[in-house]
Amino acid sequence: MDKFGFTLSKARVIDYEANDRTIVDYIIEREPSLKLCIECGCCTATCTTGNFTDFSLREIHILLKRGENEQVRQKIKKCMLCGKCILVCPRGVNTRNVVSLARQAFRNTEGYEF
Amino acid sequence: MGKSVVVIGGGTAGMEAAGRLAHEGYSVTLIEKGEEFGGHLRDWYHLFPDRRSSDEVLAYLNNQVSHQNIRLLKGQRVTGFQRKGNEFIVSTGGGDTINADALLLATGFDLFKSQRKEEYGYGIYDNVITSADLEMMFRKKDLRLANGIIPERVGFLHCVGSRDEKVGNIYCSKLCCVTAVKQAIEVRKMIPSAKVFCFYMDMRMGGALYEELYKEAQEKYSVSFIRGKVSEVAVNINDRLVAKVEDTLAGRPLKMELDMLVLMAGMEMSEDGIKLADGAKLKRGENRFFQPADHHFGTNIGNMKGVFYAGACTAPLNITETISHARSAVTEIVNYLNSEK
Repeated sequence: MDKFGFTLSKARVIDYEANDRTIVDYIIEREPSLKLCIECGCCTATCTTGNFTDFSLREIHILLKRGENEQVRQKIKKCMLCGKCILVCPRGVNTRNVVSLARQAFRNTEGYEF
Repeated sequence: MGKSVVVIGGGTAGMEAAGRLAHEGYSVTLIEKGEEFGGHLRDWYHLFPDRRSSDEVLAYLNNQVSHQNIRLLKGQRVTGFQRKGNEFIVSTGGGDTINADALLLATGFDLFKSQRKEEYGYGIYDNVITSADLEMMFRKKDLRLANGIIPERVGFLHCVGSRDEKVGNIYCSKLCCVTAVKQAIEVRKMIPSAKVFCFYMDMRMGGALYEELYKEAQEKYSVSFIRGKVSEVAVNINDRLVAKVEDTLAGRPLKMELDMLVLMAGMEMSEDGIKLADGAKLKRGENRFFQPADHHFGTNIGNMKGVFYAGACTAPLNITETISHARSAVTEIVNYLNSEK
């Protein structure tokens, strides 16, 4: 029989209650400056990786805070840790350390392959 | 001098102006419709940006108006006024008339009635409250849900009744952002374990020490800011509020449970101010506030000779700006009275 291609779509909604925020808690405990991000996007604008791929450190901050960890886990490998983002951040967030700590958190947390 | 001024409205602007005029030697009648002087300040706990007690400002204002040249009339509503020659005749609800050489309108603002945004559930769900309700809880030092339990997750929704054409208010009330930040800090101070979220469209922190307060809220009090305006609120089976919002910076819808949602009600031209304005054919602007003669040089001057404005009856103003505006009104009134013979 022909298949019509109708499927159930996964909801796009961020379900705050269902999400796990242990990764972001781990980072903020060690790098509290992450709390100061005002989502201006300077880090993403200056980012070499971001200019050639869809990597956005600003987006990663948001996804971390909402507990959308699977997306972060996939994306965060792209960062080359050059640190230009630290130079432009108007709120003094140690952005590179956020990336390093995120990677560390994924490695140390069960259930995430990194 | 011997000239007299009637000041309508016994809130911050009216009290400051009445006090200053009295000190200048004018004979002042300050008329307040409510049973107490002090206006909205009486409902507030702490003021931004330094969390000074509102009682301190009230004490200052009460001191300003205890002057032999001031006659204080409370519990009296002004029903209208007429200009005869160079004189005003002000009528009150009690049937009295008061004569004056100049008139200062300091009729202030009304808080936006949050029931009008039905989708947020104010008046429907017990734990959806307004910023003013929250201040009253602060004043009583008793911050609880309707069932007596201490809230663990509190949301603040910015721009309720502001920047919203659906309710006819295209303007920004401009002090709700910083009020939300201040209140978020107060909630965290009272309930250190609480998680606090602000749902905003833009953080408009343009005032002395506002941005610093915003940073403090993030750094010291771990307040989270989510860019997006809540579209609707419901209650789930666990009797918790559920807010639906777009997390615009993630580009995705977000669903979050809350114990309490605080609506940051905006400021509107007071209904009594509108009646007074329309009865006397005083011009009002697009946003219904009194329209001053000039936005740069004449913010205290009305379109009728001898009529002046002070405070939030002209636009949303904070306490600092209201006091400054009242002082500039006094300068205009003194100039006017000196020029009239």
